[in-house]
Amino acid sequence: MISWPNLVSQLFNGLALGALLALISSGLTIIYGTLGVLNLAHGAMFMIGGYAGYVAYQYTESFIAAVVAGSLFVMLLGVAMERLIIRHFYHRPHEDQLLVTFGLGICFVEIVRLIFSSQSQVVPPPPMLQGITNLGFMFYPTYRLAVVGIVAVALGALFLILYRTRLGMIVRAGIEDSVMVDSLGINVYRVFMVVFGIGAMAAGFAGIVNAPVVSLTPGVGDDILVETFVVVVIGGVGSFPGAILGGLIAGEIISVTSMFNPGYAYVMLFAAMTLVLVVRPHGLLGVQGRE
Amino acid sequence: MKDNLIGRGLSLGISRRRLLQGSAGLVGGTLVQGLPAFAADKPALGTYPAGVSGSTAFIGISVPRTGTYAVQGEDELKGYELAVEHINSGHELIKKISPKTTKGVLGKELKYGVADSAAKPNEAVQAQQRFISENKAIMITGGTSSAVAVALNKLAQREHVIFVCGISGSNDTTGKDCVRYGFRQDFFGQTAAAAIGPVMVKTFGKGKKAAYLTPDYTYGHTVTKSMQDYLATAGWTTATDQVAPLGAPDYSSYLLNVANSGADVLINVNWGHDAVLSTQQAKQFGVLDKMKLVVPYQVPFIAPETKGLMQGVYAATDYWWTLEDKFPLAKIFNETFEKKYGYKPEWGAENAYVSFAHWARMVEEAGSFYPPDVIKAYEKGETIPSLVGDVHYRAEDHQCVRPVIIVRGKMEKDMKSKDDYWEVVEIVPGEGLMQKPDAFGCHLGEYS
Repeated sequence: MISWPNLVSQLFNGLALGALLALISSGLTIIYGTLGVLNLAHGAMFMIGGYAGYVAYQYTESFIAAVVAGSLFVMLLGVAMERLIIRHFYHRPHEDQLLVTFGLGICFVEIVRLIFSSQSQVVPPPPMLQGITNLGFMFYPTYRLAVVGIVAVALGALFLILYRTRLGMIVRAGIEDSVMVDSLGINVYRVFMVVFGIGAMAAGFAGIVNAPVVSLTPGVGDDILVETFVVVVIGGVGSFPGAILGGLIAGEIISVTSMFNPGYAYVMLFAAMTLVLVVRPHGLLGVQGRE
Repeated sequence: MKDNLIGRGLSLGISRRRLLQGSAGLVGGTLVQGLPAFAADKPALGTYPAGVSGSTAFIGISVPRTGTYAVQGEDELKGYELAVEHINSGHELIKKISPKTTKGVLGKELKYGVADSAAKPNEAVQAQQRFISENKAIMITGGTSSAVAVALNKLAQREHVIFVCGISGSNDTTGKDCVRYGFRQDFFGQTAAAAIGPVMVKTFGKGKKAAYLTPDYTYGHTVTKSMQDYLATAGWTTATDQVAPLGAPDYSSYLLNVANSGADVLINVNWGHDAVLSTQQAKQFGVLDKMKLVVPYQVPFIAPETKGLMQGVYAATDYWWTLEDKFPLAKIFNETFEKKYGYKPEWGAENAYVSFAHWARMVEEAGSFYPPDVIKAYEKGETIPSLVGDVHYRAEDHQCVRPVIIVRGKMEKDMKSKDDYWEVVEIVPGEGLMQKPDAFGCHLGEYS
């Protein structure tokens, strides 16, 4: 049904959907840009963030505690993963990196399934963010509105880390030329560990923030991973601003297309990715990146 | 090795001559045992007789254990496992459905293999092809997605191996995609619509506007079509039909369209986790405060998973455990199932159990695993027991004619136990719900 109120509703919903996609994608793109590793376990880490937060919520009934626990747990998991496994693959072919992260993703999903079963789990939003808000032109879930703000703050924090700190400068330099950074006496592998931890934390944070919007299942990361890759490809692989732009574009495409014909929402998303790959193979804001 | 054996035989006090005589007798006996299949003029067909030449018969089971339908697939698998256990042990419940069963099927112990289909047709077909080639599966099963059921229908017909369908709600499964080698026990789009439609008209009135959430594959399309067709007879119109892919991670954009559609009733055809997620998000967007929710094809476990959102909601289903108050076989099933698995069975388990029990009965009736004989046993259309009373299979499309159960979600205050989620409102006899056998374009194909 095409009408102005519906169009405005869908445009706004696309913004909210896109903000979430941007946050999830940013972790993936930072890790790839710096380490050159395409982390196929990113969806699983998004899922684990949700479950770690869910467990914390069960014990504390505090949403803030859930967010903190979900983010920190996945950050630690990311660091452990990098130290124990990923670092052995930096100098191996991309195919090996894809396979090992793909395998780790499957292991994580099945371990969670073993512990929690496939039945969905619910993390309610904080009481003050429950219900629906009247925006004048539409009614919209209050928590989803809050998610836009939460994601904006999180992306702002990531921006400050990447563009206003020494670590961020090294990370960005590492994206351009890691050999040069190494030759300047900087322990680039320690930086890699920190970056992997931050990227994982972004996924975990997104997982628990997203938990009240969806119901948690072990497969929740699989569903979102495909969209995340599309976002990264559209925005530019390895580009943090590209992840934000790609997320917003993807959110708007899904939302607005569904107004005309929902069956084509994902067709249009993949068509947009194809178009970007043809016109700008490195994505809208992408750089050549590490070889 | 041979010498050792003979040496051992001699040491046991058996002469070489006696041993040779015994061996000849054994070989002869084996040959004679194998004779009836050929003597009765039953040529090799599919995995027959290779799959049943020993003391066991193999069944290939493919259910979704991951993905959107994983929860329902696990429940279904438990139903299959219990049925195999009961058939092999000659349990009293199996004997009530298949009186000629003693232990096993025609005396052969059932073995089975399980594969995760993830509700994807290609994965299910690959797994079942492997079971057929490597294990000589004499029967295959799988479902919890009509796309899988339709694909396995085609495989069964090509390989001449009987396919006993798991959960499948599409009209196509025993409609335009029906096959001679496929059988379905459970209810489906047409019967769901014909059963719940009158209840909806009675409850909500005539001339209402409905919004649909439809999964984008054969199940969703046919169930929505059946609902639209039935409700049109009462003056209902479709305000919007939101078609979403299986496993959609978010329903917000679809639900905004629903919210802006002006519909009176939301008919959620989604299934598995898609149904849970879309219902939860419908609540988040205030849709459930604006319009009534109906689930025409009930989803096992949706009530506990949606945490109270099914209260007051009407649904059509194959089975609900409180039917044990009316049907003695349901009571036996519930008790044995709960004892083994620790929870009340949902309808996926019921369908799995009954469809296996019916297959065992048909093989016993046929007196042979020879597929055309088993198919003809089904096609006799005999009235046979199920957990919800007597049923029969139609010869024309291999669809079981069975009741559809209309349930309504109980309010929390009315629940007598933690599993008491639904109240059985009506048990609608199957005969009046069925379309004409050729209405959905079924042509069964050949026996061999």
